[in-house]
Amino acid sequence: MAKGIWVIVEQRNLEIRKVSLELLSQGRILANQMSEPLVAVILGKGVAGLAGTISGYGADKVIVVDDEKVADYTTGSYTSVLNQLIRKGEPQAVLIGNTAIGKDLAPRLAHRLGVGMVSDCTGMEYDETTFLAFKRPIYGGKAFAHAAVNVRPVLATIRPNSFPMAVPDPSRQGEVVSETATIEAADLQAIVKEIVIAASKRPELTEADIIISGGRGMKGPENYHILEECADVIGAAVGASRAAVDAGWIEQKFQVGQTGKTVSPTLYIACGISGAIQHLAGMGSSKVIIAINKDSEANIFNLADYGIVGDLFEIIPLLTAEFKKLAS
Amino acid sequence: MNIVVCIKQTFDTEAKIVLGANGKIDTAGVKLIMNPYDEYAVEEALRIKEKVGGEVTVVSMGGDRVQETLRTALAMGCDKAVLVSDPALESPDEWVSAEVLAKAVAQIPYEIILTGRIAVDDGSSQVAVRMAEALGIPSVSSVLKLDLQGSKALVTREIDGGTEVIEVPLPAVITAQKGLNEPRYPNMPGIMKAKKKELKMLTLNELGLTGADLGPRASIIRYSLPNPRSAGKKIAGEAADAAKELSRLLREEAKIL
Repeated sequence: MAKGIWVIVEQRNLEIRKVSLELLSQGRILANQMSEPLVAVILGKGVAGLAGTISGYGADKVIVVDDEKVADYTTGSYTSVLNQLIRKGEPQAVLIGNTAIGKDLAPRLAHRLGVGMVSDCTGMEYDETTFLAFKRPIYGGKAFAHAAVNVRPVLATIRPNSFPMAVPDPSRQGEVVSETATIEAADLQAIVKEIVIAASKRPELTEADIIISGGRGMKGPENYHILEECADVIGAAVGASRAAVDAGWIEQKFQVGQTGKTVSPTLYIACGISGAIQHLAGMGSSKVIIAINKDSEANIFNLADYGIVGDLFEIIPLLTAEFKKLAS
Repeated sequence: MNIVVCIKQTFDTEAKIVLGANGKIDTAGVKLIMNPYDEYAVEEALRIKEKVGGEVTVVSMGGDRVQETLRTALAMGCDKAVLVSDPALESPDEWVSAEVLAKAVAQIPYEIILTGRIAVDDGSSQVAVRMAEALGIPSVSSVLKLDLQGSKALVTREIDGGTEVIEVPLPAVITAQKGLNEPRYPNMPGIMKAKKKELKMLTLNELGLTGADLGPRASIIRYSLPNPRSAGKKIAGEAADAAKELSRLLREEAKIL
C-alpha cells in the first residue's frame, strides 16, 4: 500500500502560509504521477477548521494535531510530534516550505529519522528510477545542484514562489484524521518567551510576487519612503542591497543577496543598485527584472529585462503615479 | 566557559562559479574565505570569552587548505583548532558532516556551540541543526542576540516577519545570523600568536568512525549553471515618458500588473 506524499502545512495565526498552498498544489501533481495519496499534516491550536481549505488544494487526507502543546512552534515539540507521525505513517516523501520554521525543523527531523534531505529546492520532478529529483540553487544562485535522496522518506524543503498555486476546489472533501500530540520530555527544553511580528501590511520578502529594492543610489535612509509608496500601490515588498544595509540605511532583514535573502518574485525592481555579483545571486531567478540607475554602465542593466537610465528620485514617483492609474 | 565554534571554508562571495570538465564546481583559482556567517559565530564566542573567561575551540572539516581558515580564527583570538581531514570525506552529505562534527565536538568540553546559520556555498543550512540532534542537545537557529544567564541562554532569533525570544538550557547549538555582532579583523599580534597555537588534525579512525559508517543519504546527480540573462530593452526619453512606457510594457508585453 502506497503511503503517500506528505506536505507539512505551516500556519501563522490560523492563516495558511502561501508556500504551503504551493506545495499542496505541486504535491497533488506529483501524487497523481506516482499514483500515491497526498497527505497534509497541520499542527497548532485551533487548526481543525483549516482542514477544509487544505482538502480544497488537493489533499486526500488531512492529519490534524490540534493541541495547546503545539500552539507555538518550537523545534523540539514539532520534531517530536512529526517524528512519531512519520514513523507511523511511513510516507514516501515529506515536503516542507523553506521558511524560518521549515529551515529549523526539517534538518532536525531528518536527522532523527536518519534520512537525507534536500534544502531550499526550486524544482522537483518525479521519475521511476530517481523517484524525486530536486533542483536547488547553490552559491546563492550562481549554480544549481540536482540532488536525490537515497533512503525513504525523502525529506525536502521547497523555496516559496517555486511552484504555482492551484485554483482550490471547495467541493473536494478529504479524509480528516485527528492525532494527539505526545512530546518527549527532552524535546520540551526550549521555551518561547515572546514573539514579535513587525507590523507591516507588505508581503514577506521571500514570498512576495513583486519586490522593489533600493541600493547605494538611495543616498540615505530618509529616501526609502519613495520605494514604500510605490510598493504599496502594487502590493510589493521592499528590499535592499548589501551596500544600503551596511551603510545602516535599512534593517538587515530587508537585504537581498548571497548574504541576505534569496528571492524569486515575478517582478523585481532594482533602484540605484549597481548589480554586484553577490546581489545578483539573490535575485537573478526573478521572472522579470527592471533596473533604474543613473549609471548607464551599471552591471544590473546587463540582465535587466527593462532598464531606465536616469535619476531614480525623479522616475520612481512618476512610476508610482503610472501604477496608480493602472490600479484605478 | 568552554565554547566550541564550528566553521566552514567557503568560496569568496565575489567568486564566479564555473563547472570543470568533470561537471563539478571548479575550485581552481578561487579565493577561499571563512564562511561569512561563521565569522559572527567566532566573534560571539570571543566576546563571551572576554566577558566570562574560558576557552574557545574552533572545529572544521575538509582538506589541508582549511588550516588557513582555522588559523584566521586563531588569529582573531580563538585558543585551539581541530580539523577533521580524511580522504573518505571527499563529498559528504549533510548527514555525514553532522555525524563527523558531532563526534569531533564530543571530544571537547563545551557549554555552548556556535556556528553560522548557513554556509554561502551549498547553502543547505542543515549541518548545525543535525549536529545538535546527533549530540542530543537543543538548538536555536538564525540568532540575532545572545544573552547568557547562568545555565541557560535567552536568545532572540529571526523568524519570518519578526523575531522570537527563546529560553534554552545549555549546552545548546546557536546559529548566527547577520546582525548578531560586527566581526573583528585579525591584527598583527593575533596573526603571530596564531602560528603557535594548537591545530590538531584528526582522521575518521581517530574519531572511532570508518568510511563504511558514513554512507551518504543524499547525493548530487549533477550540477548546472543558470541560463545567462541578457540585457533587455533600455527605455529612452524624458523621465515622464519613460515611466509611462515602462508601465505599458509591464502590462502589455510582460503581462504583469
